[in-house]
Amino acid sequence: MARGYPGYDVLAKWRTPSFDEKTREVVRRRIAQPPPRRFFTGPEQQLVEAIVARLIPQPDRAEPIPLAAMLDAFMADGRGQGYRNEAMPPLEQAWRLGLAAIEAEARTRFGRSFAEAAPEDQDAVLRAVQSGEVDRAAWRSMDPASFFREALLKITAGLYYAHPAAWSEIGFGGPASPRGYVRLGLDESDPWEAREAAP
Amino acid sequence: MTPETPRAGDGRAPDVFTPGGFVPMTGFPEREPVDFAIVGAGAGGATLAAKLAEAGFSVVVFDAGPFWRPLDEFASDELEQQKLYWTDPRITGGDDPIALGGNNSGRGVGGSTIHFSMISLRFRPEWFKARSRLGYAVDWPISYEEIRPYYAEAEQALKVAGPVRYPWGPLRGPYPYRPHEVNAPGLVLGRGAEKLGVKWCATPLATVSAPRGKSPPCVYRGFCNFGCSTNAKQSALVVWIPRALKAGAEVRDMAMVTRIEIDRDGLASGVHYVREGESRFQRARNVVVAGYAIETPRLLLNSACPQFPDGLANASGLVGTHLMTHASPGVWATFEEEIRWYKGPPNMAVCEHWNYADEGKDFAGGYAFMSQGPLPMAWAQTVATSRGLWGPALRQQMLRYNHTAGFAPVAETEPRPQNRVELAEETDAYGLKIPKVVFGYSGNDRALQRHSLRFMSEMLEAAGGRDLWTSTDTSHLLGTCRMGDDPRTSVVNADGRTWDIANLWICDGSLFPTSGGVNPSLTIQALACRIGERIKTLARRGELACAP
Ligand SMILES: Cc1cc2nc3c(=O)[nH]c(=O)nc-3n(C[C@H](O)[C@H](O)[C@H](O)COP(=O)(O)OP(=O)(O)OC[C@H]3O[C@@H](n4cnc5c(N)ncnc54)[C@H](O)[C@@H]3O)c2cc1C
Ligand code: SF4
Repeated sequence: MARGYPGYDVLAKWRTPSFDEKTREVVRRRIAQPPPRRFFTGPEQQLVEAIVARLIPQPDRAEPIPLAAMLDAFMADGRGQGYRNEAMPPLEQAWRLGLAAIEAEARTRFGRSFAEAAPEDQDAVLRAVQSGEVDRAAWRSMDPASFFREALLKITAGLYYAHPAAWSEIGFGGPASPRGYVRLGLDESDPWEAREAAP
Repeated sequence: MTPETPRAGDGRAPDVFTPGGFVPMTGFPEREPVDFAIVGAGAGGATLAAKLAEAGFSVVVFDAGPFWRPLDEFASDELEQQKLYWTDPRITGGDDPIALGGNNSGRGVGGSTIHFSMISLRFRPEWFKARSRLGYAVDWPISYEEIRPYYAEAEQALKVAGPVRYPWGPLRGPYPYRPHEVNAPGLVLGRGAEKLGVKWCATPLATVSAPRGKSPPCVYRGFCNFGCSTNAKQSALVVWIPRALKAGAEVRDMAMVTRIEIDRDGLASGVHYVREGESRFQRARNVVVAGYAIETPRLLLNSACPQFPDGLANASGLVGTHLMTHASPGVWATFEEEIRWYKGPPNMAVCEHWNYADEGKDFAGGYAFMSQGPLPMAWAQTVATSRGLWGPALRQQMLRYNHTAGFAPVAETEPRPQNRVELAEETDAYGLKIPKVVFGYSGNDRALQRHSLRFMSEMLEAAGGRDLWTSTDTSHLLGTCRMGDDPRTSVVNADGRTWDIANLWICDGSLFPTSGGVNPSLTIQALACRIGERIKTLARRGELACAP
């Protein structure tokens, strides 16, 4: 189990019937050079870089999935999630407030900015936010645990697994139109699916 | 032209079956009243539009969202396809706040059936008389016998693919199309069910298992919740909208209805709507609201006027109340075998045992449950939020993606007045008050979910699953404009006609007095077929403000 899919690349199917034109257009944009920063401020962007490096570390990747840039684009496009909890401000404000509060927590704890803290210290701050055990003053009326779960972690995790490199990593078939699949049963796979590493 | 520019108009509408193509469409002038102005082109609205146009009425259907051409515009991509969802601002609250957005409703011609999972189940007959036959909740104003022919009509219209003999409920004929081959996650359910000695079967699905007209058979690409790019899925966009257009209805896409106008006699006289940034007004002899269980009560409440200061059709004070959801707590496990649950429609096997068994329950109501097939983005979000995993632990867990299977129920919740849709003070881009959804589970709701988690876990283990864990979630929203026999305890009668305003109708999931333990869209479409038939009869008898 969890042996991985060495050598499997979803994008190798680019010119096969698993990719249609519309999907190529969308995926091409996804893997292109990330667009210039539009939503976060410079310091916020640095902080986001540091946070996502702990939420989803990618030491194995020569070219990490540009999560901070993807987050910036997601926020700038403003499509959001289509709702918010009554205890949360609108998503844009929630992010700005949450980032400032995480930075404040790091400074109180370690006397230095989050981005400059040691990885273990960064993790300790994030764990404290996740469990709500932080200095609430900086969070105003927002619940830190809800922010961590519903905004920070949920969106970041979603965006990471929206990238073709992550699809290849977990052996997902990826785009599948118009061809789809033929072999659907247990332990069955089509020739255009990922092969799992031998045990 | 972006999808946000209207495409239907000037005598034509997009042809869903041809890249870049168009079909002819009738155009109605705004100053002449049409027989029916329908708000919302989803499961309820599109079905009714086809039925009424085919009966000879003049019909204009408004939808706030785009008129998609799936062949051109639906990518095999979760993130891109978030464009299908209703993402205008909404607030969620209460003891158990419901996740909205893509979790429950769509925006566009075809409504939520564009991204639905195609599960097409009938209600258990007794649920229409839940209070008198089973002793809980309330009775519907119609019986199973009354809706049965319309279930058959809807199943035929959608060419539902399902078993020859459905294992639960009254004996009936085979489904129109043969069942789909069950995928690995479904076979896991089957294996578990057989170990536990309960019945299971291939889920009846509204995606074709053989060619049908211009719809090719399903190719099992698995992106159903993100729009079907092949048109195998029998959504309202592919089934009812072409029928409505052919029968002479007009569809106005990118047209957000903001208010229903009431004349001096207290009758509806048309709808105000915004299209291409312009405020417009369509006169109508009848108005039907079919905007989904949130937008429907919201529009009625936002249309308050001096004659109806508490909102339209709200003399009972019930508009927006009795909101129900289906709880869908999941149980997940790791398997030795490769499952690869991204293939095929997400829910290919079903067990309705606890909808039909009445013994051995410590709760009222029922639940069906199905095998699951989440795609990576959605799955990562479930793993991360339910288990709080991040860092290397998250990536580790996600590596098991192809070895994971699980079940989730469609778990009935009780209709309770305190669960509701109301207006918040905040306004949206149209200047309309945004909806606030307030929800909390009852003790019975919780007992039912605990039972489902226990039973599904047992079955998953029996099927060979290891390292079980659970998640919480909800799906469909229903109720909020319940139908009934008594104007004091309901908003509309059995025909979807509001008690207070004789030419104002409702035709969508808002009508449900109870939620039942199955997915709602087949019942919504059957109700719409019945309402269409009833309107025809009433018109013939001279009981309407118009005749076909
Ligand atoms: C992920 C997912 C999977 C699902 N799977 C299944 C399934 O397998 N089986 C099943 O039975 N059900 C399923 N459902 C539920 C099903 O899709 C809905 O219950 C059903 O479509 C609701 O029908 P409706 O007519 O009430 O509203 P909808 O189909 O949502 O249609 C409402 C329409 O009204 C429009 N509208 C709203 N307000 C306005 C306004 N003011 N002006 C103009 N237009 C407006 C909206 O844009 C929308 O197009 C699923 C839902 C989701 C989210
Ligand atoms: S699996 Fe079938 S129904 Fe689902 S998106 Fe693919 S072709 Fe359409």
